[in-house]
Amino acid sequence: MSETAQRAALAPEVSPPQKKDRGFLGRAGVVGGVLVVAIVVALLQSGSGLVVWQSVVTGLLTGGLYGLIAMGLTLIFGVLDIVNFAHGALLAVAMFISFGMVQATGMHPYLSLVIAIPVLFLIGAAVHRGLLSGTGGSSLENQLLITLGLSLLLENGLLMLFGAEPKTIALPSDFQFPLLGAVVAGSRLYAFLGAILLGALLYWLLRRTRLGTAIRAVAAHGPGAELVGINVRRIHTLTFAIGTACAGAAAALAGPLVTVTPTLGEQFNITAFVVVVLGGMGNVVGALVGGLLIGLVEQLTTIYLGGQSSLLGVFVVFILVLFLRPQGLFGRRSA
Amino acid sequence: MSTITIAGPAGAEKVKAPPLRPQNRQLAILAVLVLVAIPLPLVLPPAQGAVAVRILIFLLMAVGWNIMSGFGGMFSFGHAAYFGLGAYTSAYLLVKHNVSPWIGMVAGMAAAAAAAVLIGYFSFRYKLQGAYFALATFAFAEMLRLVVTSSAFANKAVGFTVPLIPDSSLWMLQFEADSPAYFWVALVLAGAAVAISIVFLHSRAGKYVTAIRDDELAAASLGTPVMRHKLMTVALSAAITAVAGTFYTQYYLFVNPELGFGSAVSIQAIVPVVIGGIGTIWGPVVGAIIVGSLTDVTATLLRTPPEFLGFLQGRSGLDVVLYAVLLILIVRLLPKGIVGTIAARWRR
Repeated sequence: MSETAQRAALAPEVSPPQKKDRGFLGRAGVVGGVLVVAIVVALLQSGSGLVVWQSVVTGLLTGGLYGLIAMGLTLIFGVLDIVNFAHGALLAVAMFISFGMVQATGMHPYLSLVIAIPVLFLIGAAVHRGLLSGTGGSSLENQLLITLGLSLLLENGLLMLFGAEPKTIALPSDFQFPLLGAVVAGSRLYAFLGAILLGALLYWLLRRTRLGTAIRAVAAHGPGAELVGINVRRIHTLTFAIGTACAGAAAALAGPLVTVTPTLGEQFNITAFVVVVLGGMGNVVGALVGGLLIGLVEQLTTIYLGGQSSLLGVFVVFILVLFLRPQGLFGRRSA
Repeated sequence: MSTITIAGPAGAEKVKAPPLRPQNRQLAILAVLVLVAIPLPLVLPPAQGAVAVRILIFLLMAVGWNIMSGFGGMFSFGHAAYFGLGAYTSAYLLVKHNVSPWIGMVAGMAAAAAAAVLIGYFSFRYKLQGAYFALATFAFAEMLRLVVTSSAFANKAVGFTVPLIPDSSLWMLQFEADSPAYFWVALVLAGAAVAISIVFLHSRAGKYVTAIRDDELAAASLGTPVMRHKLMTVALSAAITAVAGTFYTQYYLFVNPELGFGSAVSIQAIVPVVIGGIGTIWGPVVGAIIVGSLTDVTATLLRTPPEFLGFLQGRSGLDVVLYAVLLILIVRLLPKGIVGTIAARWRR
């Protein structure tokens, strides 16, 4: 090995430490500290430990679901550089698929996972092939506009087909589960566990399979991946489809927790964007952690400001992260 | 017509500094258009007159958005913030203090410009670009919506209803329903906005702004005061959008957080420009006419649908579906928009 090559191989380790960067543990410590302060303030504000504890538990459980939704979004962003504004609308489509299945066949809501995931996978592949790929050097704005148009199309298509009346997907047997004084609905717990499980599966897929390696290669350097024989366009389509399937999975899991309306995706979309930026665009694990954090922030904001404003805290966090650490709390530059 | 695309540094080599003459030519075309439009409300049936007013509101929003995102290259997804500030400032002053909407309009423009400068300053200071900038502007608009929804002085989720006065009055911007005066006021406002966008694009500041859009680093290294010109652009853009907000509220006599600050408002500012042609003078005009007329077509379709579309009766959403399809098709097939594509053909 020549000296230059040797030095290049060593380079990452000898590069001078960045001044402001406190390292992973330091950042995690800062985030943890802020969270502890936030929880203590919430305690003082509400005066009831139980209320805060309930919020923390609910926040974390909901956060897992946000994480799953955001994983799909962050995967698409990390590999394809597309800010997918239609992610929430696709989630809504999946919710209506789930709702339709339960209505039509009386199946268990969670069983609709088996249909929602593959259908959304196919929709994702079709959307990518039909609308997004092959635009050549299409600018970021154009891709943003296409996904924006798609989200308007899907939401209002649902509105025309199903009307605006909210619908519910009821679990046949939901139960309440006590957790150190807090009460947890079984549906929330299932959704959380399902999200964690699917998140782990996605992580395994990305880290341990040939497909995952190819996806990461394309994310890291498209032309290079092309050179070593990876079909980049195919990987792009697959990635978009997998990301969309995440929304399908999240929809089937979250169905029993929410009232299903054509525009419900909007809210989730906003939250998912915040989570993606928080976790670092393209960082799948970051998305899960970010999801948990945002779930907490949302619940704590509700304690501070009351019902309507839960998103306000989310946006404050969003703006702060965008300004101060646009690569995300835990992220480096890419996936 | 200038050769402007939304492309960043990649399109840099194509932009030529427009000579002075086109400015006068464009202003002359605008004058002719306005003159032709003046008798429209006397000729059109009242329902079509309302469509014409809606087109002019779209036009104001589109011109506002185009200045910042087309000429300035700063893709905003939060123009609802400025529209809402214009709508709410004037409504608040009128309802609570009986101040003329014209004064409210100026106050709303000032508020919107100030907000834009504040948001812009922080975004540029922290170097947000592309998707990050779009997301940040979106977040600010949503935050304003949430703050207004929970503020007692803005009537929370209820919003403001503009009180009716007994007589027609230009000073209070109220006329009889279906009066052509609404159209003429909107025409003057929209015409002025287009004129300002023409003058701005051809001014020294406008040339700096397009230079910064095409290559910020190069512009800065040549001594262009980048921050000042970017802030000037966002302020102008916000002020024009605020005018649309004020007029909207006075015309429809009602505003609430969703109508003022909702993300649908931001989309309404973007879609006409994309269809017409981002970064062109006439793109917003063409786009607003298309989008505005479309809303009328769909409304008629939904009121009396033909046989095979019978299931649509009484359903909402068709108008948005149509312009979503149009948006996707235009971006896919004519990425420069209608005017941009025609201009490109013309030059060849």
